[in-house]
This record gives sequence, structure tokens and C-alpha cells, in this order.
Amino acid sequence: MRLAGRDLVAIEDLDRPAIEEILEAARALVPAAEGGSVRHTLEGRLVAMAFFEPSTRTRLSFEAAVQRLGGRCLTIADPAATSLRKGETLSDTLRMISSYSDALILRHPNSGAARLAADLSDRPVINAGDGSHQHPTQTLTDLATIQEACGSLVGRRIVILGDLKYGRAVHSLIWALALFGNEMVLVSPPSLRLPESVRQRVRHLAGRIREEDDLATALADADILYVTRIQRERFPDETEYRRVAGSYRIDRATLEGARPELRVLHPLPRLGEIAPEVDPTPHALYFRQAFLGVPVRMALMQSILGGGA
Amino acid sequence: MEAGPARELKITPIRNGTVIDHIPDGLALEVLRIVGGSRLGRDSTVSIALHVRSAKQGWKDILKVENVEISDRAANAIALLAPTSTISIIRDFAVREKHPVALPDRIDGLLRCPNLECITNQAEPIESSFEVIHRRPIRLRCRYCDEPVTDFLPQLP
Repeated sequence: MRLAGRDLVAIEDLDRPAIEEILEAARALVPAAEGGSVRHTLEGRLVAMAFFEPSTRTRLSFEAAVQRLGGRCLTIADPAATSLRKGETLSDTLRMISSYSDALILRHPNSGAARLAADLSDRPVINAGDGSHQHPTQTLTDLATIQEACGSLVGRRIVILGDLKYGRAVHSLIWALALFGNEMVLVSPPSLRLPESVRQRVRHLAGRIREEDDLATALADADILYVTRIQRERFPDETEYRRVAGSYRIDRATLEGARPELRVLHPLPRLGEIAPEVDPTPHALYFRQAFLGVPVRMALMQSILGGGA
Repeated sequence: MEAGPARELKITPIRNGTVIDHIPDGLALEVLRIVGGSRLGRDSTVSIALHVRSAKQGWKDILKVENVEISDRAANAIALLAPTSTISIIRDFAVREKHPVALPDRIDGLLRCPNLECITNQAEPIESSFEVIHRRPIRLRCRYCDEPVTDFLPQLP
């Protein structure tokens, strides 16, 4: 699958060889992401970052990725400063931004906004998170982290904990883990279980999914614990959020029964889901995961804009 | 409409228009709403037969609309809600075309996405768009947010 000029709206837009190619390129780009070597793959290219929802890691890692490759960014980081505030439609805003740049990276609070952008733009569109729908570049980052920690992406046991209903990163990740034939153990409050539609979409893939109520049982022989935040901003009402907020917390005691090789990932930001006391343990991989977002996004941008991974 | 002796006809023939037969029992009024309902012109006679005996279906509904040939959009909606229906176009008392309703692969602009957070439910100048991912029973998926839809009636505007 050649990625040059293509959109990345959903993780399903990538097949297995394409994902493997991006991850391999990302490994080779780690020194450049650390600032050790200079690349010019995106020299003269202008990439628009249209972020209509708060973001720290995704936006900064995309900006770092583009600039580490010699490209430049046009950034909307505060939608209140755009004409959307005057009532302009997103469609009009997207058409305009797309015409100013060579590629469009979009984050938006509504599901399907990335598909809309891809329909409207004749430049490549990359989904940097659309509502509770998908977050495919987070998934690529997660896969790179798992691969670096476990050596392989195949046949792992991965516990996914937290908000599986509204979590866009989880919706993309489950598809990719299923594609590579992993076993997923889902642990969540009853009201935040994985939507049946996501389960249906991966049914034909090699991976297996099961649910487990008890986190300690789930963790017993797991390779990876993937923790997510319960996202206040996705809940239709505050009461529903309060009912589940703070319903799980990973600390040293939680990890006592786990294998020493267990690695903990989190797309971040975290609230109280992982106690800071876990940070210095060998289990904690979430800061490495946040860094790997840079070489992964470099690899992706290079494949889409730079003519080859 | 099924052929039979004239004395058994419960509604009279029409010169020009559309006959929708084999409508699942009880859905004729919904089909009428799709075809145009109260918006039909003043010269359109609408005949509805509810709960008619049918050799194929047990019971069925029939709808005849004079001087109206239904749009592709309406035909798609009937294919979703009343998939056993057949549509006959009548010109000068003769059946010019008769075919079962056919579900296309993609349904645009007909249903609202049930996901209120979907971009198609915001104030954007775009139509909803669904892919048909399963035909028996019919299952659709929003092309924007991937939300599945299996219950179509509540999603009609």
C-alpha cells in the first residue's frame, strides 16, 4: 500500500504491511526525533494543524515531527480565534485551510469530522482525533511502544482499562491489535463498556476480545496494561461522569501480582488513573510512549508527503 | 397489485401513477409519508388498502398514488422500511414497469445519524451518508462516524 498522498481518517485505512512499514521507519527515525540528526524530507512543505479541541501531545508531536523533517506548520490551536466564532461552518474553514497547505491534520470534537475534511480537501487529511470515533496516529504510537517493549506485536495479552465507550484511542487501538492477532482483555465500569459496533468491526480479524470484571485476574499474565482516562468532555451529563470518575487507580499495590515484564501504557493526559509512584518503576512506559509519538508521526508524514517511508 | 376478478378489487384502478404492493402489513401509512403524504398535489387521489390477504405474505398493505411517479430517494426509503414492496408505474391504466424495491449500496441524505455527536448532526452543509453493510437483515453504518443503524423509522426526518 503506497501512502503517498493518501488520507488517514481511520486506522482501517492502513493494512498490516503499511503499519509495519511506518513502525520500521519510525524506529530508524528515533535519533532524528531526539535531535541527533537533521532530515530534509519535508523541506518546503507546509502542514496545517487544525486543532478544534485541546491537545498537548498530539499537536506538539506533530509540529515537532514536521519541523524535525524540515517542514513548516500553520497552526490553529485556539478555535475561539478563528471565524468559527463568527458562525463560519467547519466545512468552509476546512476548505480554506486545506487550500493554504500541503496536508491537513485535524482534531475536532465531533465524530466524523475527519471524514468530512477528507471529502472536502484535495490534500491529504490526517485524523488527530475526532470526537469519540478514532485516533489512528495514537494507535500507531501505541503499537510502536508495544513493539519496542515486547519485541513483537503478535500474540500478546493486552489488558485495556477504563473508558472503552467514548475512548477514541481505544476504538482505533482495538482494531489494530485484533489485526495483529493479539488477545485483549477489557476491564471497564459497566456503563463504559466497548460499543458493540467496535466489536463487530473486528470480528473477522485474528485477535480475540474478552471482558473481565476483576483487574487483578486480568493482570495476572498480561504483557501490557493500557490505561485510559475517563473523559469528562465526552459525557452527555455531569451526573453520569461523577458516577464513574475515579473508579480505578493503578498504584504499586495493583501491580504487585503482575509479571515483572508487564508494561503500563497510557495515551495521557492522566488524572488519577495512575499514581505518580508508578512512574519510577520499570512498569511505567507512558512517557516513552509520548516521546515515540514524534518518530511515528515523522514516519507517517514522510510516507504521506515525502514520497516513501 | 395482484391480478384477480374485478369484483374482488377493493380499490379502483388508476390511469397514471404508482402502485406500491406487498408492503409489510401495517406500514402503508409510513410508505405514504415517504412518497409525499400531505404534500402530494391536489390532483392526486391516494388509495390505501390496509391488511389485505396475500398468498405470499399472509397479510399486506397496498398503496396507490395517482399522478405521482416516486423519486429514487423515496424508492430507497421504501427499500429500507418495507423491503418486500414492489413498485409498479402505471401509464394509461397499463403497468409500464414493475420491480421489487432495490436497496442501493449507499444511502445518502435520507436518514439522520443516531449519533448526536456525529458531524452530520451539526450545522454543516452536508447530507448524511450510510453504507449498507448487511442486507438480511438490513444494517447500515454511518460513513462519517461509523455508527450502526438497524432501526430506520426513528431516523427519518
